[in-house]
Amino acid sequence: MIAFTLNGRPTTVEADPGTPLLWVLRDQLQLTGTKYGCGIAQCGACTVHLDGRAVRACVTPVSMVSGKRVTTIEGVGETPVGRAIQQAWQAVDVPQCGYCQSGQIMAAAALLAEHPRPSEAQIVAAMDGVLCRCGTYNRIRTAILEAVKGGVR
Amino acid sequence: MTPWDEVQHPARRRFLRDAVLLAGGLVIGFRLPEKGGRAWAAEEAAAGSAKVYPPNAFIRIAADDSVTLIVNKSEMGQGVYTSLPMLINEELDAPWERIRVEAAPVAAVYNHTQYGIQLTGGSTSVASSWEQLRRVGASARMLLVQAAAQRWGVPASACKAEDGRIFHPDGRTSLSYGEVAEEAGKLPLPAEVPLKDPKHFKWIGKSLKRLDTPEKISGKAIFGIDVRLPDMVTVLVARSPVFGGKLKRFDATEALKVPGVVGVYQVPTGVAVAATGFWPAKTARDLLQIEWDEGEGASLSTAKLREEYFALARTPGAVARRDGDVAAGLKAAVQQMRAEYEVPYLAHAPMEPLNVTVDLRPDHCTIWTGTQSQTLDRMAAAAAAGLQPEEVEIHTTYLGGGFGRRANPHADFVTEAVQVAKAVGKPVQVIWTREDDLRGGYYRPMWVDVVEAGIGKGGKPVAWKHTLVGQSIMEGTAMAAMIKDGVDASSVEGAANLPYLIPNIQVELHSPKNAVPVQWWRSVGHSHTAFVVETMIDELAHLARQDPVKFRLNLLPRASRHRAVLQLAAQKAGWGKVKPAPGHAFGVAVHESFGSVVAEVAEVSLEGGQVRVHRVVAAVDCGRVINPDGVVQQIEGGIVYGLAAALYGEITLENGRPVQSNFHDYPILRHSEMPRVEVHLVPSEASPSGVGEPGTPPIAPAVANALFALTGKRVRRLPFARESLA
Repeated sequence: MIAFTLNGRPTTVEADPGTPLLWVLRDQLQLTGTKYGCGIAQCGACTVHLDGRAVRACVTPVSMVSGKRVTTIEGVGETPVGRAIQQAWQAVDVPQCGYCQSGQIMAAAALLAEHPRPSEAQIVAAMDGVLCRCGTYNRIRTAILEAVKGGVR
Repeated sequence: MTPWDEVQHPARRRFLRDAVLLAGGLVIGFRLPEKGGRAWAAEEAAAGSAKVYPPNAFIRIAADDSVTLIVNKSEMGQGVYTSLPMLINEELDAPWERIRVEAAPVAAVYNHTQYGIQLTGGSTSVASSWEQLRRVGASARMLLVQAAAQRWGVPASACKAEDGRIFHPDGRTSLSYGEVAEEAGKLPLPAEVPLKDPKHFKWIGKSLKRLDTPEKISGKAIFGIDVRLPDMVTVLVARSPVFGGKLKRFDATEALKVPGVVGVYQVPTGVAVAATGFWPAKTARDLLQIEWDEGEGASLSTAKLREEYFALARTPGAVARRDGDVAAGLKAAVQQMRAEYEVPYLAHAPMEPLNVTVDLRPDHCTIWTGTQSQTLDRMAAAAAAGLQPEEVEIHTTYLGGGFGRRANPHADFVTEAVQVAKAVGKPVQVIWTREDDLRGGYYRPMWVDVVEAGIGKGGKPVAWKHTLVGQSIMEGTAMAAMIKDGVDASSVEGAANLPYLIPNIQVELHSPKNAVPVQWWRSVGHSHTAFVVETMIDELAHLARQDPVKFRLNLLPRASRHRAVLQLAAQKAGWGKVKPAPGHAFGVAVHESFGSVVAEVAEVSLEGGQVRVHRVVAAVDCGRVINPDGVVQQIEGGIVYGLAAALYGEITLENGRPVQSNFHDYPILRHSEMPRVEVHLVPSEASPSGVGEPGTPPIAPAVANALFALTGKRVRRLPFARESLA
């Protein structure tokens, strides 16, 4: 039995400790907002927050989250930074197919939580591992800058 | 209600929920005459509530004034859940914020107006719905006005509808659409439906926000992979590593020991592992011991195919176009050149890997998937299940990218999933891993092209001979009948219809066959012909010592739509006016596809031998623009998709096996590599044409031409990453 805090609520799961967090979220806890794209931490579609920091859930064994705080796209809107990011995404109309956007939003929210006024290099470092096939990168950048401008704290 | 409850029976559940909420049952249906709509309506009526009117094909208005529009094209990012509602609502004129969208079921009434089946593809969603959906909206509005007029006892012609209300001739009294919806639903459909004069358009031409954004930023949007059914098992299939290979024998002893594994089954495509979730299924699949009969495909390699293709290119092919006498033209030319081009197999690699959920019962089959091709999928599913097509129901979810892969003419992924469901005997969700996706075939074909051209005395091309070698996509499909005299039109599109005025033109095609399955990939034939044609034209411009933009303009007929986009892109980029930054260069290309013409100017540099694209200026003529921001998104997306392929994309084969397996060796563009993109739209009152694909073809040649301007080196082989440019 592994116990952790999921989107602010205490949660326990029965799972093989090596099972990636991604599949515990999607298949056991029915939180399907976190996406599978590659399974080897190459695309970032599965990005979630572990104690506030962005991690790739597809390569994070569920045993690692024991006693920690996990935030997913379903819960990030409850934080001021997450809300600001989602509002900026809405204002800029970022998504196309939308499949990567949970990962993009989680990566951006972790970035702004750590660096409310990120430099160009910090934006690239935080976002470069989250792939989009539809071409939304420029809008993502615009939306991050909008959120920064609006003040996220 | 959780999102997946809704997904299980989106239409029915929402419908019944509405019915309960409304109590009075004031949901109305504007029934269109086609059979499919009625059949579905009858089913819905039988499903419950006698007080509820059957839902119609495209519009449902409830007494609370909510408006549900049923969209018959799949939303894969291209914005049809916004642009198609805009077409309906231009005539219906309901308040935009009250509009909700629902995916259409499979029914004849939802067939593509040009293709005759339900399909999303060919950049045709808006173009083919342009008339149809405005008429749908206009009919509904006429009925609503008539219903209100009847209630008031005044002539309908004296009433007016606007913003969800019908106004009495007295100018004071009004009724909402919802208030008269029930009565309107009982009126006969009007025979004649006039459409608005475009100068009175209220929505068309405005950048409305996408209706799907709220769901897509909150994790609530349901893609196929997010569907959850009670008792569902997750299935991964081990397929032959070689195309055309067959299963010889397998041993599942170790696989069956993995906790959570439900069973291992032989299926026509290989070995299916069913488990309580993805992870046990994947773990168990890795433990299978399988022997394959690899067959002839095992000898395939990219190196051998290149040899074969180049040999074919030296022989006469099927003639796709012949103007004048190309041999005489080449002989008479003052300057001649011959160039060989190569492009590789490409995987679509949508971010959401393929997946299908199937609930197969003895007399019914329900499928949830992100598909672009409902009719063919339903027919194939019925055949696989041993049912009638009417007994198969398909729920189209959001598509995490399609790019053509999710419109498979053989319905490959749906057929397999039904076969799996049959073997497993429970509801299944078949998921392809990223490795399965990249190694699963149905690629953009590999091509070898040879162009010989001659420049005449006046510095203009006088002869152009283009030979193409690559697999036909239509061959072996239901569309094979469209291959005429050995020419699959989708192989030579963009080459046979060369837009430039050259007196002697010959285009020849070879369509070799092999075991690698091929399919349309965003922009289909244009994805390679634009690269060849627009690079070669640029080469000729340099041979003739002329500016590449002026050279093209001199070769384009006066009425050509290419001229305006080429001039606009050049002007906005500062072509010939602005000097590129030190170490940077500009390149240009223009190409027509799917009824639209796009010119792109790329600004590039080399960083440590790697191509870096800084800026792309695009000019687009796509006829009348419905949602300008939506068009901009599609052109941005088309450029990025084409750029990723041009820079890195290639699937190569060794011993019949695709070499690449995941994003580490099949890279796609990253944030840090994204150029600035500016999109300029040419004003037009012509009927709308495509935007989903036309942004893709010009980017590879624009970058290649910029690289030449920068380095003096011609890149005639994609991807660029393979070439030494430093």
